[in-house]
Formats: sequence, structure tokens, C-alpha cells
Amino acid sequence: MPDVLEVEKLRKEYGDLVAVDDVSFTVGEGQSLAVVGESGSGKTTIAKMIIGLERPTSGRISACGNDRSIPARAAGKRRLRGREVQIVFQDPYTSLDPRHSAEAAIDEVLRIHHGWTAERRKERVAQLAGLVGLDGRQRSVPPKSLSGGQRQRVAIARALAAEPKLLILDESVAALDVSIQAQVLNLLADIRDATGISYLLISHDLAVVRQLTEQVIVMRKGSVVERGPTAAVLDHPQHPYTQLLRESVPRPGWQPQRRISALPVGDRGAAPVPV
Amino acid sequence: MTPPNRPEAGNLLAVTGLRVTLGAGTVLRGVDLAIRPGEAVGLVGESGSGKSMTAKAIGRLLPRGARSAGTIAFDGSDVYALDARGLRGYRGQVAMVFQDPRAHVNPVRKVGDFMTEALRANAGVTKADAYAQAADMLGQVGLDSKLLRQYPHELSGGMLQRVMIAAALLTRPRLLLADEPTTALDVTTQAEVMAILAELRRDFGLALLFITHDLELAAAVCDRTAVMYAGQIVEVRDSALLHTDPLHPYTAALGAARPDIDRSQARLRAIPGRPLSGFEAPESACAFAPRCAHAAPGCETELPMLTDLDGGQSRCLRAAELRGTLGVTAGA
Amino acid sequence: MTTLTGVRARSFIRTQGRLGKAGTASAVVLGLAVLAAFFGPWLAPYDPNSGDLQLAWVGPAAGHLLGFDFQGRDVLSRLLAGAQSSMLGPLVVVAAAMAGGAAFALIAAWRRGAVDAFISSGMDVLFAFPGILLAVLATTVFGAGMTAAVAALSVAYLPYVARVLRAGALRERNQPYIQALEVQGASVPRICLAHILPNMSRMVVAQATVLFGYAMVDLAAISFLGLGVQPPAANWGVMISENQPGIVQGYPLPALSAALCVVAVVIAVNVLGERLLEREDAR
Repeated sequence: MPDVLEVEKLRKEYGDLVAVDDVSFTVGEGQSLAVVGESGSGKTTIAKMIIGLERPTSGRISACGNDRSIPARAAGKRRLRGREVQIVFQDPYTSLDPRHSAEAAIDEVLRIHHGWTAERRKERVAQLAGLVGLDGRQRSVPPKSLSGGQRQRVAIARALAAEPKLLILDESVAALDVSIQAQVLNLLADIRDATGISYLLISHDLAVVRQLTEQVIVMRKGSVVERGPTAAVLDHPQHPYTQLLRESVPRPGWQPQRRISALPVGDRGAAPVPV
Repeated sequence: MTPPNRPEAGNLLAVTGLRVTLGAGTVLRGVDLAIRPGEAVGLVGESGSGKSMTAKAIGRLLPRGARSAGTIAFDGSDVYALDARGLRGYRGQVAMVFQDPRAHVNPVRKVGDFMTEALRANAGVTKADAYAQAADMLGQVGLDSKLLRQYPHELSGGMLQRVMIAAALLTRPRLLLADEPTTALDVTTQAEVMAILAELRRDFGLALLFITHDLELAAAVCDRTAVMYAGQIVEVRDSALLHTDPLHPYTAALGAARPDIDRSQARLRAIPGRPLSGFEAPESACAFAPRCAHAAPGCETELPMLTDLDGGQSRCLRAAELRGTLGVTAGA
Repeated sequence: MTTLTGVRARSFIRTQGRLGKAGTASAVVLGLAVLAAFFGPWLAPYDPNSGDLQLAWVGPAAGHLLGFDFQGRDVLSRLLAGAQSSMLGPLVVVAAAMAGGAAFALIAAWRRGAVDAFISSGMDVLFAFPGILLAVLATTVFGAGMTAAVAALSVAYLPYVARVLRAGALRERNQPYIQALEVQGASVPRICLAHILPNMSRMVVAQATVLFGYAMVDLAAISFLGLGVQPPAANWGVMISENQPGIVQGYPLPALSAALCVVAVVIAVNVLGERLLEREDAR
């Protein structure tokens, strides 16, 4: 069985800036991999390259055995790729068309991918909406009447309508309230159990990563600094940066340490300070 | 011994019975909070809880059309009864730092201009002196004074937030209102900023009202933590006891709903439904009852009051009954 | 069971509430103008083209509400008959300029990069030609008349529309929901027409109403100059032109009444456009 996603020596440059440098990883069928990093780590750029919204400078990406190293332009090709990998974005407020209800959005995706009758589409829309826990009212109102958590459910249903093998979750729960985040995380686990879908979780939140994934790669300034099973990497981080990340998570008894101390009185106005 | 959460002599800030209405709805439905000099108090809540509005009310930054009732007393005097001069003095004593520093700074003015503005306008300090103080304060937060000559867009989010903190401290305030100051920052930058805040608090004897959605962060950083739901405070507790011995089912549920960095769970203990805002909350029932695992029939008919309990406070009708059963260790 | 007229009456009253007084008045004015545009020649009480020179410049008389023009023709009849060309012209200009401008804007916004730069430069070139100049050029090609004037103005307005709509299109194009559709494999025409354009509807309506006003005035000016609709055809711009001598001679009514028609329609369209936008905001 080919891996659902294979990324090899991926590189992205923006002029002089190297956003992604020699990144390789694979995601197997039914597996979930997290890409952890802070801003500037390149994790979102990787997601964009895999989904075809950015063009890699060099390197190879293949999903379900099909190469997708260069973004597709033609609709037909994009459609085929859309059935392999889908994405749920971070911001629930801009990832849905403000003029379309959940039903309309999901129905449109079904129309793009299948030549079904209206009857059959309606059935499937109801199925997907039910799968993500949207009730009758929530399915038929425009997004502005929905909360952030409900919108993310719509976004998930819409992504699943294409029946992808891999779902990229680009900080998809970061903007949600804690109680809602828990609901959506449970939902994602249920969907995985029901469909065997794989997840690529892009996140900065180590607790969410622990909850949802079995494998993790840690990125810093474009490069992978550590990788391995999630539990092992989080319990016994090897790389100093991973250790720093782990240390920076608030917990009872936490004493945050200054890495950059106050400049001594005589030096204020002198040498630059590392950030 | 936890200081009581009641207005009394010695409190730096005392909020009593604060109600805020906006348009047709009530956003804050009776908030009582006290902060002692030098104390760090956390204010935790989800969307619609009213935590930001509380901070704005204290800072006298309520939006137009908002009407407030109740009293906010700083050092004994009513904040809303201050005249223009008194208000300027108040702003020197109570500083505010916001979530998105870029939205609160003028992008076409240099950092130095922005930092020295208040000093020069209100405290009558000379330009040279103001700049010297600003440079000094930047040094305290670990930034070089050459930043004074730079523009906001040349600084990263973390650096700019540190500048905001430095700027806030220039007038030597006695209370800092921080509304989600680290939410938009990387977790390592957040740790840095929190460390700086802790040190500055010690050096300047600064009291802090720290508003956040992150229960763990508030509990780790503040002496006492207050939890808000639907426009009211539902629990006030010593931070050290917040996880092990919470007094309100919502606090317990919030702690349990969060994924655990040390282990993955088969299923998270999610709270059914969604957070209620002050607008939607019923007037004569517990706002959290529909989502509460411990709700009793009485909870739907009676509005609970904030009552003292074992050094903290809880707005739960069954608080006394549920003592000791809500903690993470119990029933985990 | 409510009757059809009952439903219509109720929805009219509801609309009136939402449009406000100015909005309803504008809708009425516009409605009358549209009615005149469709049925003008039949509604006209007298033949708009035949006149009695002995009655030239005579003021309002029995059966002739607005009097006679410089050739002794009934003014009211000419206004009614002229409504068609006076309204149709701007409509075609707006439709053509909006369609063309929107197309260029969407292509530029979707492709970005070199294509966007090329289109934007092309628009800049078009900007350099004032509408009147283009009209003169067009009349040398097509001969004087409505076709030439409409073609010229459509081309003249196109870059304005393209520039404004490009900004809106770019903003929508970069939104995650559009990216989601791209990733799904939706075709570019579908994304642009079913998603980007509808989410720019505010901008489109605003542009269209403003443009209508300009087109009406510009076409009247072009006709006034003798480059558009040719006399003796009835057209409000032509009427202003040919009756202009009357103003200084003490017979302002024919020219002014035609001018008033132009002004009234332009204001009505703008007010209605604003009201529609306010309703869109309130939703």
C-alpha cells in the first residue's frame, strides 16, 4: 500500500529567504502526523505546497502514489488531486463563502466531483452534515449565523465531501474556544475511526498534537530539528529547541525563565540584543 | 490566607456589582472583583464571557453606546466620577496592554514618539528626559534603545509587545491591565514575555489583571484566578488550588476539556453545547446549568450568587455539596 | 388564501419601508422613465416629429402641457418618445463597460503576476483617452449616431470599472474560501462567476449606478455636440442642444424640461443604488 503522502527534500525560497529547507517525511495510511513549529518555521508553507497553493523551489511531493510536486492549473487535474488531499484552514471566518449555507457548500463540492442526481447529492449532504454534528438549522443558514466551531464543522464536512485520503488541518482548532476545541478534536478522532483517513496536523499547540497524532516532526526556521513518535518526542525531547518548546508550555508550578536578560544599566543604548 | 474578594480598605482596585449593557443586551451581569496592591489576578473565560469588557470598563474604554452600573473604585475613589484631570492621573496609574499591539500603535510614528507621548503630554517631562526614560525601560525588557528610532512595522510581534509593556510602565503605574497580551505570540515568546512581566512586577511592585482564555497560563502566572461565564464571575480561587480543588463545575469542566500534553486520551471530556454570552444568559437561572454535569433541578429556577467558600468564591448552588469532587485528581 | 394583488400590495409596502422616502420616490421616478422608454412613442399625445413652425416656442397651452419646441413640435411628446434612446444608450454603455471591466478585473486578479501587470498597463493606456475624444474617433469610423457614441463611452469607461473591480477581486481571490474551492478542483469560470463576483456585488452595484449617471450625462453631451443621436430624432440630449437658443430668448421650457429629465433619472438611479447597498449592509 503506497504511503498516503510522501514529501522528499522539499525546499522553498522567497528570494533570499529560505522558508523551507530540505524537509522530508511520509504519512502512512490511517496515520496522523503533526508538523510542529512557531511562526517562521515554514510549517504553513509546507501545507500550502502539498495542497498546491504554493510552488516548491525544489523537491518532490506525491500523494496516493501520484506526483504533485508542481501545482496543477487545469481544473481537471486539480479535481483529481482534490480527491487525494484536502485542507481545513485556521480561520473559520474566512474559509467559507459568506453567501452559501453549509448545504450549498457541500453540494457544490459533490457536483464538482460526481455526476450524481440531485436526490443522491441531497442524501450525501445530509450524511456528511450529520457526521460532523450539524443540525437542520445549522445546515441551511449562511455562515454568519454560525459560531466559529460550527463553521469549522462545515469546513470539515466540505473537505470530506471530496473523500480525500489525507486531510491537512492547518491550525484548524487554534481559533476555537477550549470547550469547542475539545468537541472538534473528538469529532476528528471519530471521523478517523469511521473512515481510516490520515491527518497532517499543522500546529503550535503541543497538547493538541499529543491528543491527535502518533508521529511528529518539529520545525525551526525551515528545517526539521527532531522527529519521532509523538509520545517519545514530547516526553523526552532530544533537541534543545524541542526542549525549549516543551518548557514554554504553562503548567502548575511553571516558572518562565528569561532567556534575554535585562540589559545592564550602563549598556542600555549599546549593543544589539538577540531576539 | 487568601484575601477576600470583597471591596474593603486596602484594595487597590475594587469592582462592585458592575453591569454593562450594550444596545439591547447585557454584556456584564454583575461583576465583583478586588485586586490588592502588588497582586496578580487572572481573569479567564471563553468567547462571550465578558472578560475583555470588564477590562475595558476598568480602563474607562467602554465602546460608545455602552452603559454601566455599579462602582469601580481605584484606591478608594470612584473611577467613573473622575474629571478630566483626575482621569489623566488615573491613566498614569492604570496602564493597559492589548492582544494585538499593531492595532494600538500608530504605524507612521516612530516607536520613540509613541513611547514618550504620555510622559511629555501628561507629566510635563522634557523630550530628552522622556527619551532617556524610554531607553532605560526598553533595556529592562531586553530591547536595545535604537528601537526608539524605528517604526512599528520593523519589529516582530514579540518585540512590539515588549515595547508596549515598556511603554505602559513608563508612567510607573500601580496596576497593569493586560488583555490577552500573549495570545498572538509564539509559545516561546510568550514564555519570555511572561518572565519579563513577572520580574517587572517584582521590581516595581506592580499589580496585574491578566485576562486570557488559557486557564493553565493564568493559573501558572497569577496569585488568584477568577473564571467568568456569560457575563459573570463564577469562581475566584487561589491559583494553586484551581486544578486540584475547583469550586465550580465550569472551572472543572474547562480544565478537563483541555488536551493533556503528557498523555493522549481516548476521548476528551468535552462540554456539550457552546459558551453562552451575557446577552443570552437567563436572569433567573444558572447560565451554565444546561451544560453542567452536576446540574440539579433547582439550578434552572434560581440565579446563584457569588458566595464565599473556603478561601475562594463560587457561583454555584451546589458548591458546598460538590466540594472535593470537582478536582482533576478526583474521578480522573 | 391571500390574493395576488394583496401579496403585491404588501410587498410594495414592505419595500417602501426598507427603501425610505427618498428611495421610494427614486423608484417611482425610475419606474416612470422606464415606462416611457418602453411605451413612449405610443403614450405620446402628438406626433413627436411633426411640428407647425407657426407654433414655435409657444408656451404651455390646452393639451400641450409643456408647450412647443423651436420647430413647433409638442415638447411632452418628444420627451416621451425620446425616453427610449435616452435611457437605452446609458444602459448599454453600463452593461458593456461593466461586463468588459469585470472580465479584465477577474482575469487580472486570478492570474496575478505578469498577466495582471499586462492588463493593468493596458487599462492605463485606455485611461489616457477621454470619452469625448473617443466619441469623435468613433464617429469617423461608424458615422455619427447612437452606435458610435455608445461604443466610444463603453471603451472609455472600461478602465475605470476594471481598476475598481480589480481591487475587490484581488481581495476575494486571496481569501481562504476561494483557495478551498481551488483545491477542490472547481473550474476557474465557476469560481470567478459563482463566488468572487457575487461577493463583490456591493462594489458592482455601486459602480453601475454611478456609471449610469455619468453615461447619461456624457451621452447627452455627445448628442449635444452633434456626434451622437442626430436630429430630428427625439433624444433628451439632442433636445437640450437644439432648444438651447430658446433659453436666452426667453423660452427656456423645452431645453430645461429635457435637462430636468436627465437630472431626475440620474439622481433616481444614484439614490436607488445607495438604498440597495444599505439594504445589503443591513442583511
